[in-house]
Parts: sequence; C-alpha cells; structure tokens
Amino acid sequence: MTVTVLLFASYADALGTSAIELDVRPGSTVRDILGTLSSMPGGNRLPPRPLVAINQEYATLQSELRGGEEVAVIPPVAGG
Amino acid sequence: MRVALVDREIDVARLIAEVSDHTCGAATVFLGCVRDLNDGRAVNAIEYSAYRAMAEREMTAIATEIGDTFGVTRLVIEHRLGTLGLGDVSVAVVAAHPHRAPALDANRYAIEQLKRRVPIWKLEHYADGTREWVAATIGTGSGEQETVTANNASSAVSR
Repeated sequence: MTVTVLLFASYADALGTSAIELDVRPGSTVRDILGTLSSMPGGNRLPPRPLVAINQEYATLQSELRGGEEVAVIPPVAGG
Repeated sequence: MRVALVDREIDVARLIAEVSDHTCGAATVFLGCVRDLNDGRAVNAIEYSAYRAMAEREMTAIATEIGDTFGVTRLVIEHRLGTLGLGDVSVAVVAAHPHRAPALDANRYAIEQLKRRVPIWKLEHYADGTREWVAATIGTGSGEQETVTANNASSAVSR
C-alpha cells in the first residue's frame, strides 16, 4: 500500500521535495514513516518527533495507516 | 463566521462591514503586520506559505470554538499568503458582538490559537539578502514569547 507524504517549509527544503509517495506495510505507524524519511538524503535534518497530521488531523507517533492516506509532516507553525 | 486564506491584499474595512450590524455594540479588529526587525535582523519581506486544506480546517475549528465559548458568531479571520512587504497586513481577525468583552475575548483567542495550531509558515527575507524560516513563537504578544521547538510543539497544539 502507499501513502502520500507531504513536506512543508524547512522540512521540504531538507528533503528537497514537498511530496513523496511511500510504499508501506499494512499496520505501519507514523513512527515507521518518520523512520523511512530520516534515512533519506536530508532526512537527518528532520527532528526526531515532528508534528504529523493524517488526512489533515493531528496524529500521534502510534497512529496506524491503512493506505491511501495523506501524511503531512508539519514544522513548528508560525502564522500571524 | 467566515475564515479564509487569501492571495490578495486584506481589505479591513470590508471585513468590519461584513461582521457588523445594528445588534452589535462592539467590533474588535486585530491586524498582524510585517515588521522591519526580527531578532535584531533587518527584514525586507516575509513569504507566507501554508498547508492550505488543513489550515482552513483548523481556522474553521477555531471559529467554531469561539462561537461555543464566547457566543461570538459574527467573526471573520483572513490570513494572507505569498510575499508581503513591510507594513502589509498578513492576518486580520474581526469580531462583532452586542458587548465588548466577548468581542475582545474572541479576538485574542483567535489570534493566539491561530499562531499555535494553524499550519502556516513564514520565510523571512533579510536586508542582507539571506532568507530563513521563522521559528514559531507563541505567548503574550508583548515580547515575552516562548519559542516553540519541535520537542514541545506537540503540546502546543493539544486541545
């Protein structure tokens, strides 16, 4: 199954892209996704526990994925 | 109530007219503007970007909470995206209510929650030609701010 990982702001700069399609095993968690990202070029510039949203709702490291989700890795927000 | 991300200038007079009517004895306006100095560095411009769908969803949630908590439903929040120059309005919150206290409370709540929860980022362009993503800050708005790091950002958005 695949998920779409969205990256923003400094995190997009770190990995050099704003979207990645990832193949993941059923039952994979947000933590697993972050582990995969950290092993990519530039991934070491992501913090160990960034904010993550699944389908536009804040999630936890333990949140499980079923495939097809939009997983956003969210830098500290700075609107205003 | 209405929330929006916009790619054009924010028309504050239009927003005030949008929320005001003859039942309202008070209307409060908060404007966030591009400042010429941040952390001792001269700023020329700020480039705002967002995770649009989620940002609008969080802004809607904030507006709903304001209705539930303060009874303020005559509310509009607009945040501008793109590259803004010095003095440009980046965000506007306008609240109207029969009485001033709920209108003031609603306005403060909206901007503080927006800064904590809404996925918007700013890339500052400095006078020396460099650019940097701005570290998130929350707090009193009076200069006593807490920098939100990746480690404590999770608690900052809990609700």
